[in-house]
Amino acid sequence: MKKEKDNKTIDSREVAIKVENLSKTFRVPHEKHTSLKAAALNTFHKKSYTEFQALKDINFKVNKGEFFGIIGKNGCGKSTLLKIIAGIYVPTEGKVVIKGKISPFLELGVGFNPELTARENVFLGGAILGISRKKVEEKFEDIIKFAELEAFVDMKFKNFSSGMQVRLAFSLAINAHAEILLMDEVLAVGDANFQAKCLREFNRYKQEGKTVILVAHDIGTIRQYCDKAVLLRDGKMIKIGQASEVANEYDKENREDEEERINREKSGGLNLGKQVEIKKVSILDVKLKDRSRFSSYETIVLRIEYSAKKEYKKPVFGVGIYSSEGVYIAGPNTKTSGIILNKVKGKGFIDLVLKNVPFNSGDYLISVVIFDWEIKTPIDIKDKAFRINIMSSGLNQNGIVRLECLWEVKK
Amino acid sequence: MEKIKNYSYIGLIKELSLTDFKLKYQGSFFGYLWSLTKPLMLFSVLYFVFTRFFKLGGSIPNYPVYLLLGIVLFNYFIESTMASMGSIVGKGDLIRKVYFPRIILTISTSITALITLFLNLIVVFIFMIFSKVMPPVDAPLFLLLLVELFILTSGVSLFLASLFVRFRDIAHIWEVCNQVLFYAVPIIYPLSFVPQKIGKILLLNPLAQIIQDSRYVLITDKSTIASTILPFPYIFIPYLLPFFIFAIGYWFFQKSAAKFAEEV
Repeated sequence: MKKEKDNKTIDSREVAIKVENLSKTFRVPHEKHTSLKAAALNTFHKKSYTEFQALKDINFKVNKGEFFGIIGKNGCGKSTLLKIIAGIYVPTEGKVVIKGKISPFLELGVGFNPELTARENVFLGGAILGISRKKVEEKFEDIIKFAELEAFVDMKFKNFSSGMQVRLAFSLAINAHAEILLMDEVLAVGDANFQAKCLREFNRYKQEGKTVILVAHDIGTIRQYCDKAVLLRDGKMIKIGQASEVANEYDKENREDEEERINREKSGGLNLGKQVEIKKVSILDVKLKDRSRFSSYETIVLRIEYSAKKEYKKPVFGVGIYSSEGVYIAGPNTKTSGIILNKVKGKGFIDLVLKNVPFNSGDYLISVVIFDWEIKTPIDIKDKAFRINIMSSGLNQNGIVRLECLWEVKK
Repeated sequence: MEKIKNYSYIGLIKELSLTDFKLKYQGSFFGYLWSLTKPLMLFSVLYFVFTRFFKLGGSIPNYPVYLLLGIVLFNYFIESTMASMGSIVGKGDLIRKVYFPRIILTISTSITALITLFLNLIVVFIFMIFSKVMPPVDAPLFLLLLVELFILTSGVSLFLASLFVRFRDIAHIWEVCNQVLFYAVPIIYPLSFVPQKIGKILLLNPLAQIIQDSRYVLITDKSTIASTILPFPYIFIPYLLPFFIFAIGYWFFQKSAAKFAEEV
C-alpha cells in the first residue's frame, strides 16, 4: 500500500500526451492507379513504390499544463508528427496516448465555406472544431467582437478581405476550449496589431495551465513560450529537454548547415578561392581569456585570426551583432572606424575591442566578415556563427540596449 | 488512440447536412423546387409515354401515384449513393486538417438526401390527396420500410465512398449500375407484366421489395409484393440483405478510414 502512495507523489503531474516508439512511413507508389481498370490490368505487375520514412522512433511525454515545442528545419517531420497526434494520420509503428480533449489548430478556418455568411461559418466551423452548438451561441458575441467584425456578421465570407477571414478564423479557434491544444505557429499571421493579439492568447494559454503542443518556426517563440521542446531532423529526435537547450541546439544546427552551404558555394563559386580567409574567431574578455558569457557593460574582445595566401590590398574586417531573433543591432567595420589596412599577407589577427557593451540580458549572435575595400562582395563570412550571452547585474531594462538613465521626479 | 468521446459529433452531423442542403439550392432561383422538378419531370414523361401510349399501367388502380412513389423512392437511393460516394473526396481538405470520425461525412450526405426525400414524399402525399387515394390501415408500416431503405442506402453509400477514394472510376461503374437498376426494379411497369419466374428473381432485390411494399402499404393492394410470391426461405433475402450490406459497408469503411487523409 505504502509503495503505491509513494509512486503517486513522484509522478503527480499527469501525463497528457505520450508518444511511444512512433514511426511513420509513407508509401509513394511509382504509378498511382486511380482506376479499377488500371488496378485490374496491373494486378500482376509488381507494384513498385518508394518508401519515405517521415518519422522514426519518436518518444516523448508531455505533462499536463506544459507548453511543448516541436522545432526543426522544413521537412523534418514536424507537421507529420502533429497530424498523427491530432489523429489525422495513423502511425505505421508505435502509438500515441492522449488524455483529454484535443483542439487542433493546424490551419485556420477549416471547413469555412465562402458561400456562407460569417455567422453561418462560425457555427459550421465551431461544429468542426468540436465546440457544442450551445457554447458557440454563448460565445458568439465575443467571437465576433474579438475579430472586429460586428458590422459584417451576415455578409458572405467570400466578400471578406483575407485579413478579415483570418481574424474570424482565429477568433473562433481560440474559443475551442479544450484541455490540449495543438498549434502550428504559422497561425499567428496578419498585421502587427493582430499578431500582438495572437501572442497575448499564447500567453493566456500558458497562464491558464493548458497543455499546448506548438510547432514553431522561430527560435524566439520556443525560448519565449515553451517549457520543453524537441528538435527533429529528418524524422528523428535530435534533442529533447528544456526549451532553451533545444533552441541552442537548433541554432547550432542552423549555423553548421549555413556554414556548410556557404563553404559549398564558395568552393564551387569563386574561381580564386578565398584570398583572405577567416581562420578562427575567438571571443575573449579584457584579460584575453576565452569566454562566452559577459555582463552588461563589460569589455568584449573579438579576435579574428586570418590567413591570406597571397598579398591582398586593403581588406575590410567587419563584425555584425544580432539579437537571438536575428535583429541586426550593430555592424562596425574597420573602414567606418577609419582603419586602413594597406596589405595583408600570410597569417595574422585583428582584435575588435568593444568597451562598455550596453546590452540587456540575452543571447546575441555574431557574424564576422572580410570585405574588399569597396565593400561589394564578402571575401569570407562566418554568418551568425558565434554567440555570446550577456547577463546584466541588477534589474533588466526592456529592449536590447541598456541605457544609462536617471529618472528625475519633479513634484 | 485513446480519445474522450465527443458528443458534439452529433452537432457536427447536423451542421454538415444543413449546410449541404442550404448550399445545394442557394443561388438558384427556385431553390428546393428544382430538386422536385427532376422526379416530377420524369414522372410526367413516363406517365404520358407509358400509360397513355403503351397502356402499361393498365391493371393498377391509381397508377400515376403508384408511379410517382416509385420514382421518388428510387431517386432517393440514386441521389444518396451518388452524393455519398464523393463525400470523402469532396471534403478532402477538411479530412487533412481536423480529426473527426470520417463516417460523419457520409452520414451527413445521407441525411441531406433524406431531407430531400421527406420533402418529395410530402408532394407525393399531396398528390395522393388530390387523386383521392386512401391509404389502407397499415400505412404506418411505411415508416419501417423507410428505415429499411435508409439502412440499405447507407450500407451501399459507405462501401462506395471508401472505394471512390482509391478508385475514381467507380463513379462511372455505379452510374451504369443505376441505369440497369432502373429497369430491374419495377418502377415504371407493374410486376405482373413479367413472367412469374423473373418476377421472383427481381423481388430478391431489396430495393424492389421496398418499393413494392411501400406501394402496397400506401396505395393499393394490387401491388405485387415479396411476401406473396416468394417461397419460404427466399422471402427473407430482400428483408435481411440491407442489414447484411450495411454491415459489410460499415466494416469496409472503417477499415479504410485510417488511410483517407493520406490517399485523398
